[in-house]
Amino acid sequence: MADSVTRTRTDLSSVTQDGVGTSPRRPDGTLKVTGEFAYSSDMWMEDMLWGMTLRSPHPHARIHGIDTTEALKLPGVHAVLTHEDVPGEKLYGLELRDQPVLAFDKVRYKGEAVAVVAADHPETARRALDRITVDYEVLEPVSDGRRAAFDEHCPRVHEEGSLPVHEEYNQKGNLVRYQPVRTGSFADGTPVSRLRAQAGAVVRTEYEVGMQDQAFLGPESGMAVPAEDGGVDLYVATQWLHVDQGQIAPALGLPDEKVRLTLAGVGGAFGAREDLSMQIHACMLALRTGRPVKVVYNREESFVGHVHRHPAKMRFEHGARSDGTLLYATLEIILDGGAYASSTPAVVGVASSLGIGPYEVPNVAVDAYGVYTNNPPCGAMRGFGAVQACFGYESQMDKLAEKLGMHPVELRIKNAMAQGSKIITGQVVDMPLPMAEMLRRARDMPMPPARDELPDPSDLRTLPGGVANTSHGEGVVRGVGYGVGLKNICYSEGFDDYSTARVRMEAIGGEPSVMVHTAAAEVGQGLVTIKGQIARTELGVERVTVHPSDTRVGSAGSSSASRQSYMTGGAVKLACEAVRERVFALARERGLVGAGHSDELLSLTGGKVVSETDGVLASLADLLGSDAVEETREFHHRTTRPLDPLHGQGASHTQFAMCVHRAVVDVDVDLGLVKVVALDAVQDVGKVLHPQQLAGQIQGGATQGLGLALMEEIQVEESVIRNPSFTDYLIPTILDTPPMRIEVLERPDPNAPYGLRGAGEPPTLSSTPAIVAAVRDATGRDLTHAPVRPEDIVGIDV
Amino acid sequence: MSRISLKVDGVRYDDDVDPRTLLVHHLREHLGKVGTVVGCDTTNCGACTVLMGGKSVKSCTVLAAQADGQEIETVEGLAGKDGSLHPVQQAFHDSHALQCGYCTPGMIMAAVDLLAENPEPTDDEVREGLEGNLCRCTGYQNIVRAVQDAAAVMRAEVPAPRDAGTEPMEGTRGTTSPAAEEVAR
Amino acid sequence: MEFLSPATWEEALAAKSAHPDAVPIMGGTDVMVELNFDQHRPSALLDLTRVAELAEWGPDGSRVRLGAGVSYTTIIQRLGKHAPALAQAARTVASPQIRNRGTVGGNLGGASPAGDSHPPLLAADAVIELASVHGVRHVAAREFYLGPRRTARRDDELIAAVLLPERAGPQHFCKIGTRNAMVIAVASFCVTLDAATRTAGTGIGSAGPTPLRAVAAEEFLTAEFDWQGAGPLSEAAVRHFGELVASAARPIDDVRGSADYRKHALSVMARRALSWSVTDYRKGEAQCA
Repeated sequence: MADSVTRTRTDLSSVTQDGVGTSPRRPDGTLKVTGEFAYSSDMWMEDMLWGMTLRSPHPHARIHGIDTTEALKLPGVHAVLTHEDVPGEKLYGLELRDQPVLAFDKVRYKGEAVAVVAADHPETARRALDRITVDYEVLEPVSDGRRAAFDEHCPRVHEEGSLPVHEEYNQKGNLVRYQPVRTGSFADGTPVSRLRAQAGAVVRTEYEVGMQDQAFLGPESGMAVPAEDGGVDLYVATQWLHVDQGQIAPALGLPDEKVRLTLAGVGGAFGAREDLSMQIHACMLALRTGRPVKVVYNREESFVGHVHRHPAKMRFEHGARSDGTLLYATLEIILDGGAYASSTPAVVGVASSLGIGPYEVPNVAVDAYGVYTNNPPCGAMRGFGAVQACFGYESQMDKLAEKLGMHPVELRIKNAMAQGSKIITGQVVDMPLPMAEMLRRARDMPMPPARDELPDPSDLRTLPGGVANTSHGEGVVRGVGYGVGLKNICYSEGFDDYSTARVRMEAIGGEPSVMVHTAAAEVGQGLVTIKGQIARTELGVERVTVHPSDTRVGSAGSSSASRQSYMTGGAVKLACEAVRERVFALARERGLVGAGHSDELLSLTGGKVVSETDGVLASLADLLGSDAVEETREFHHRTTRPLDPLHGQGASHTQFAMCVHRAVVDVDVDLGLVKVVALDAVQDVGKVLHPQQLAGQIQGGATQGLGLALMEEIQVEESVIRNPSFTDYLIPTILDTPPMRIEVLERPDPNAPYGLRGAGEPPTLSSTPAIVAAVRDATGRDLTHAPVRPEDIVGIDV
Repeated sequence: MSRISLKVDGVRYDDDVDPRTLLVHHLREHLGKVGTVVGCDTTNCGACTVLMGGKSVKSCTVLAAQADGQEIETVEGLAGKDGSLHPVQQAFHDSHALQCGYCTPGMIMAAVDLLAENPEPTDDEVREGLEGNLCRCTGYQNIVRAVQDAAAVMRAEVPAPRDAGTEPMEGTRGTTSPAAEEVAR
Repeated sequence: MEFLSPATWEEALAAKSAHPDAVPIMGGTDVMVELNFDQHRPSALLDLTRVAELAEWGPDGSRVRLGAGVSYTTIIQRLGKHAPALAQAARTVASPQIRNRGTVGGNLGGASPAGDSHPPLLAADAVIELASVHGVRHVAAREFYLGPRRTARRDDELIAAVLLPERAGPQHFCKIGTRNAMVIAVASFCVTLDAATRTAGTGIGSAGPTPLRAVAAEEFLTAEFDWQGAGPLSEAAVRHFGELVASAARPIDDVRGSADYRKHALSVMARRALSWSVTDYRKGEAQCA
């Protein structure tokens, strides 16, 4: 099949049924195909109320007063709350506490929450919102990220002195974080002109990446249930239960243990559920009314209810010697974080440290800025910081190759990093990075048939525009392009995003069974399958149950940064190893293992304790009897370091991962329409845990990159979103998505559990530039804006 | 209020509904059929797809009152009484054609309709048939495969697929719509 | 809000007469979104899906009469021969689920300039059949669209049917969308060559406050085209036709595309659709009607 997964190295140490390296079915799959899986929007309680949110109609305004009197008079309304009703801390935030639970004094973006209502029916709640009067003094919004970064006279989005201070972020004016990186002669202050003079080819371009939406399909929702102890139980779709808890509890004025979270069914995440949305609001309403409160956003509200991918304005200059060797690069990257910080500091940290991508460049100057504006807040989305930079540096590689008359793959291989290379922060890549090989593999993959080799080239479905009948072949030109992306896996810059797992083994009905309990968010990626596979492999037990994720066990960190297989997988492995040791000890206690017999020779296989030399020693069921063995372990990745604020040096990342894409497109060059014909990938994942799920990550990630390349952009004008619906915010349909061939390499990372490498994000980096490069190849156009618009292809100014 | 009578997944429900109520909201909030989900409110995503009179519709474009007297089939009614999955459900599960699963109910119902119309589709025809259903997780590859796998299983189960190419009818006047009978499985 | 659900056409007309502000609904794609978002609170909804007559179609003298409630799916499956451009347009409407519900009547009722059926109706010189308790009247599609979402339909009238002249030549519809499925037109275009009347027809969608005709382009082509010998048009003539179509458009910049792009795209589509039509015409397809 065209979209088959080719594994180039198979090293399956495990032969356990449904263990690591196999493709068991998802444990939640039956529920999901029968409609029984309970998403956060599906919960229902007899006496529940509906919560709704009043949002600011202005991107920037002073609030002189909020009058809720009329809303409260409406029958069926049980509570109308404003900032005055926030019981505890009035500000929250993922990295910086700068966002009001409910707006006070000012609103800083259109859609900011101002008041919340609980009523017995959604319709009643909606009518109550209409009756709340807010006295706004409309202010001019700060809409231009560049101005926010550099204009000293630009108004401040947040009043001076009102923000938490982080010296290391070089905060100033509207800058959330400024991170420079200087290497080679730039570290000594050598001007770029001197390097430019030595270069055989220089390319200098301004790029823009549009604001992308995660566009998960299940809008924000959840239910808060007041508890008898004065606390609250919250069922919610999120990416990180404990970081939610750590923001909700202070806002409610409650200790953490009184705010208990359980993961409800998550309808996709992709970064958009890292920040809070309805969590505190629902809890406030539940505590005030003493009744369960359900909040469900609609799609339009969802567009203002979560952060987006930072739009970027980037100026890249690259110089190379005539033989193609890169000599220097200067990068200016402005990331518009919108009204509140969210993940902006981390996004800047990634964009700066990975700004030039996986290339050896001796002299580099990066200036990465994250700014406040009155635009919609931006934060995490799959591949953050790296996606934007990757579009820039890969476009530069293509331009340089063209200027030097080299094949784009050849130029990339010439400058490719490998194991032992240093990235621009000085950090050594101390794990395999077979970039050159991956590029060759991508280049050598079979090409899709040319148009004239198709069984029926006049079949509209094979043409850009499809059945809309815009071309019968006229104007259609094929192009091929490549993209390579380097992504950090796990959290960076000194952050200890550990994960916790509790594993319990006991005999149930005469059969050994294992329960795995973590707080990790299953957001669709399939971690729930992986956890079971690891337990089976480590404990030789087939019957494994995955406990629902909640805060009754320690933090698992976020389902972000491609980190859960690594971190929670690592924690489950660790806890299983601890259980195994206890089982071995138990076997020794019972005299089943000879005194001189080392643990090294023991294993748990097929529900039995097995000795390499003496064969089966005991069945687990017999050994355990009525005892249970339970162990809880935290898994920490290696320590990382912050970037120094002056030169951006420091080993800030845990792991690096890479994907290479080759895109083949047919472009109607007269109409500016594109059909992606093939989008093939080569990715090194260290170790394949679940081949089928891995393919799903690579294909799904690539498709989101396709969206960014060709159609996805939240259009913001004067700080107002113009297309907050799936009618006008277009994501790829099944007809926009070509068959995808995947080659997977398994070069183990010695630092990681099983040698695995995070896999979810790298394909989102590489597919966008590959597709845009292919469109450039077909059209000869510059194409500096992602997504590429039909106007860009036909040469009309937008 | 309008009095309506619906048959949903084989069970008859009589209710009074506000005329503004969308079918999907009626299914979810009044009948407790939350297996059919809402993704976009604007008739785009297809997550709320159900069969009405045997044809796939987005249940956010149908008023509950408009569905009065109709037979509705949701993802919750596909499995056998013994819990055995419908071939399309089984194939989605087996082929990992879902991740978060939010699009799955609608995707499966659209696929069921597609296969009723065309029991032996090409990959292109599968894609065409599912063009109205957005998935944000999978990149669609495994969905195409799952539908093909299900089609193969269903062809094996039903030896004589209905004749698809017989009726070059000239107009419909004086005839009844053949739609319901045609797609009955 | 009242919900009126007539079972017959007579009942429907009576209901509309009694409730002139009732919003008629069929597939409901437009209306439903507005209701859902509370943008529109009509005093009554008039559900026409139960009126069996509306879903009928068939020959009507020299024309094809298409009931206002015939679904796009049926149009695609059954009307490809009679109204190829309309069938082509129907194929580009949203997705199968919407095509199962959506109707030309609904498209005409909403009268969005982006509605996919309008350009083929304009180009083919279709006639809209309007009815009320007072009787039936016919309005040419070319007279039907009065302003943004405003039409010649009176408040007490319902759209009963569309009368399509028997096809006498090639027709082509094309539509620009920024993805390959389920997209609202950025711009659309339709051209017809009618061998019987020796006239050309055009229709433009999504490029003005209403669906439009490119009258100058039609006149140019009607005069320029070799109806008898079906000789090829010069490249210059094809280009000029494209320019005339583009100049008939009155597009704006919006989230779906810029005005300049729309004009450009119309000129390209017009050239291509004309070339395909001429080729078809020369193949003698004109005779097969």
